Amino acid sequence: MRPFAFKRAAAPADAVKFVAANRDARFIAGGTNLVDLIKEGVDSPNELVDISRLPLSTVRSMPGGGITIGALAKNTDTANHPIVRKDFPLLTQAILAGASPQIRNMATNGGNLMQRTRCHYFYDLATPCNKRQPGSGCAAKDGLNRYSAIFGWSDSCVAVHPSDMCVALAALDAMVNVQGMDGKTRTIKFTDFHRLPEASPEKDNTLAHGELIVSIDVPKNNFAANSYYLKVRDRASYAFALVSVAAALHVERGTIRSARLALGGVAHKPWRAAAAESFLAGKRAEIGVFQQAAELAVKDAKPLSENGYKVKLAQRAVAKALGRAANL
Amino acid sequence: MINEFFQDGPSRVDGRAKVTGTATYVAEHRFPNMAYGYLVQSTIARGRILEIDAAEAEKQPGVVKVLSHLNLQKLALPERPAGTIPRPFYALTSPDVLFNAQPIAVVVADTFEQARFAASLVKVKYEQAPHQTDLEKAVSSAFTSGREQADRGTPAEAFAASEFKVEAEYTIPIEHHNAMEPHATVANWTDGKLTVYDKTQGIQGTTGYLASAFGIDRSNIRVLSPFVGGAFGAALRPGPNLIVAAMASREVKRPVKVVYSRRQLATAHGYRPESIQTLKISANKDGKLTSIIHEAVHNTSAHENFSESLVGVSRNLYSCPNVRTVAKIARTDLQTPLWMRAPGMVSGAWALESALDELSYKLKIDPMQLRLINYAETDPESGRPFSSKELRECYKQAAERFGWSKRKPEPRSMRDGKLLVGWGMATGTWPASQAPASARVTLNLDGTVRVESGTTDIGPGTYTTMTIIAARTMGVQIEKVTFVLGDSELPPSPGQGGSTTTSSVGTAVQEACELVLKQLVEHANKMEGSPFVGVDPETVVAEDAAILVKGKPETKRKFADILRQNNLQNVSLLHRSTPDQGRRSRYTIASHAAQFVEVKVDEEIGRVRVTRAVQGTAAGRIVNPKGAHSQEMGGVVWGVGMALMEKTEIDHKLGRIMNPNLAGYHVPVNADIGEIETIFVVEVDEIVNPLGAKGLGELGLVGIPAAIANAVFHATGKRVRDLPITPDKLI
Repeated sequence: MRPFAFKRAAAPADAVKFVAANRDARFIAGGTNLVDLIKEGVDSPNELVDISRLPLSTVRSMPGGGITIGALAKNTDTANHPIVRKDFPLLTQAILAGASPQIRNMATNGGNLMQRTRCHYFYDLATPCNKRQPGSGCAAKDGLNRYSAIFGWSDSCVAVHPSDMCVALAALDAMVNVQGMDGKTRTIKFTDFHRLPEASPEKDNTLAHGELIVSIDVPKNNFAANSYYLKVRDRASYAFALVSVAAALHVERGTIRSARLALGGVAHKPWRAAAAESFLAGKRAEIGVFQQAAELAVKDAKPLSENGYKVKLAQRAVAKALGRAANL
Repeated sequence: MINEFFQDGPSRVDGRAKVTGTATYVAEHRFPNMAYGYLVQSTIARGRILEIDAAEAEKQPGVVKVLSHLNLQKLALPERPAGTIPRPFYALTSPDVLFNAQPIAVVVADTFEQARFAASLVKVKYEQAPHQTDLEKAVSSAFTSGREQADRGTPAEAFAASEFKVEAEYTIPIEHHNAMEPHATVANWTDGKLTVYDKTQGIQGTTGYLASAFGIDRSNIRVLSPFVGGAFGAALRPGPNLIVAAMASREVKRPVKVVYSRRQLATAHGYRPESIQTLKISANKDGKLTSIIHEAVHNTSAHENFSESLVGVSRNLYSCPNVRTVAKIARTDLQTPLWMRAPGMVSGAWALESALDELSYKLKIDPMQLRLINYAETDPESGRPFSSKELRECYKQAAERFGWSKRKPEPRSMRDGKLLVGWGMATGTWPASQAPASARVTLNLDGTVRVESGTTDIGPGTYTTMTIIAARTMGVQIEKVTFVLGDSELPPSPGQGGSTTTSSVGTAVQEACELVLKQLVEHANKMEGSPFVGVDPETVVAEDAAILVKGKPETKRKFADILRQNNLQNVSLLHRSTPDQGRRSRYTIASHAAQFVEVKVDEEIGRVRVTRAVQGTAAGRIVNPKGAHSQEMGGVVWGVGMALMEKTEIDHKLGRIMNPNLAGYHVPVNADIGEIETIFVVEVDEIVNPLGAKGLGELGLVGIPAAIANAVFHATGKRVRDLPITPDKLI
């Protein structure tokens, strides 16, 4: 790896200042993805700014009922927090479906949002990859794309976002609070945080260089009784999703008042199935309805040469996850 | 029933050292003034290196030198013109690029990180040539490897005439060993002598390889490999890590350590070849096999003819009058394949045991019953008797434990809630070979026994097995025995491969111990009143660190007393054991297994879980029960990976392996493994070797992938013939 300087930030503002001043600087907290990227030469920062000791690791209720989750709270602690378990079980399930216990013990929430794609080509410096090296091409589009996107991809990139946690956060209408150079905090809708590749896949999200995630808010909801995270993967644990589904329903006397549906493993960002959500509102919570919603959820899918199965799998996974959410 | 021998076997004698970190693996060795080598690898699959620009790399702090074919001292190998086959690959000796990610240079630096960083700065210019890495495309130019085997009977005619038949194609992708320990070497030249710590399965092979590569006598080379963290065949052949470390150390005159990264493990070394197999089998209405036609092709490299027998299993696992086998290989621009656990056999059995299962449904005969109908009482290929074969007992006991009689024959007929349940089975076999091996046994005055043999222990428990054999033979406690291995200065023994170590080295250890006991008798007989004078030596036994005439406790003479009375500090001897080939050759000698698995399938999302496996094994005497249980359990775990997950993904356009890490290449995790039960049936074999023990390392895997695929069919009605069976193939 490239030799790098290591600094420890004493306050969020310091951290922002250090990184904003140097294009080749990166924040580091748990390091569960960044260290791999550095070892493989995929990223080669010359400066790491350690933010792991900043006081950004609390998880607490917000006035009015939601929660705010510190960017530096560990994935494990977040998943097992009593409020999260009780009021946001979808988030607990999604986090625990990801990685391994060892990784979750190290990984932070902010880092989870910032993790990079696991596309094979992104990790191999000898191959073209627009995300790693803009302008070099995308080898996956007509190459090994069994794991690649079926929604929202572009000619320049077909990579998928690897997170499970983010799929639940997208479904739950979370907000991301970030601190910038001016010391002010701005709030980004979770669904706007990650972006589609378009012509600039090197940008995974809408953060400016140097902006620091400080916390994530999840608003109050009525989904706790009827939510489910379903992850389909090539082995039982420690594998990225082929397809995952975060399904959340607010059901009253058998009728769906509102629904949230997000898919993982299918796009450059957690993929909200808006048409299916609107369709579900006001319908009965029953299998036939869920199957129709599942059809809608994959209607616009555009599979690549090797991932046609994902369309069928996503459709079935959506129906199944909705069924589980409704306890059917 | 558990084998009666040594039911309560000891735990691993090296277990504590391994879990506390005091067992030192290759990459953990350090020497004063040691430098680190990091490999630079090609980024094309075929062509020629035109230029290596190391200027930037060599400017970096700590970098000693960038070495390649351009500046390394030549090896003492005969010139082999381009195009000669075989032309074994010696890294950094030629500008030719034979495969992608080929080691082409090494950066030597004071620290590992310095070397790795500088390696990223080395710039290489190539003349690129077209490549072919896709077996499907290479298969049209496949050729027969080795000796063609004559047909038995008239297979084509028999197949054509049969009413019940199966014809199908089965494929297996390239798979990698992925042992926990990376390949690594520490090499050190001093005064023309070379010492290496190397991850190897064969001390002697590695020594010989270095001797010929550097043109020096074996006596000037010492190879050490006391602990190996899993190898599965990957360390049977010396790799680039070894030759590069040794060349670099000679060049920079310092000890040099070369350790592969996980990525390099997949690309610089060998793998289980990709294979395509066609099976045609037929039977009469009673289920008696009338023909087996088994054709197999697997890939090799452009520079060597690696060939493993996928079709052998079809010649002698079942009784069948008409058999044809055809084995071919096809060239690909990849590194040469390498033996990987149950090489050839597990691949062939995957096809044959799947096809038999398919046939059982056409015949409406229970899959196990079909195998019993075609049970080979003698070797159908040679006509020779088996030295022992308790396979029938394996079927019986394992089926009983599994509950096979409760199986409903129809696919999709068994359920657990919403999950489909499938039960499948298959047969496994592995030849029980024995090779010459030597051991030195030293009985000391303090009652300790030191046993030495230059074998290796890649994980199966050789330390423990040999300790048990010595302790039992010498009649001493396990704790009194120290077994030493992994050093070329020890008595030579064969490499650890093919499930032969217990058979070969174990026999040497047992015989050496018996010879020590004989010497003790002779020493005792020098004393007055020896109870052994004129006694048949066969009746003298050892127990409690003493010898005695069997059944006569009053004749007991303590080892220590005999030594003391003879003014000896120890009795020590070196013994070389050789197999009784004359006797062995009159038999077919193999171990057998009956393997049953249960899967539960969530059909909607294509999720398969292997919830239960019962493995019935007949492998002669089980010397090390815990080790044997572990081996057979490990075989099931491996089979789960091979059946459901493992695949080396190659981008054929780039000619490059794209998932060379444990996140992209899936092996089972704990959550993938259900209950595994192992049963060792009693099998007495007086032919195989004096120990009566056959090998176990490969056997436990052989039938498992087919058994799982068969269970998946039983659960879902879907026959998957290309591994691995991932969710996309089931939805």
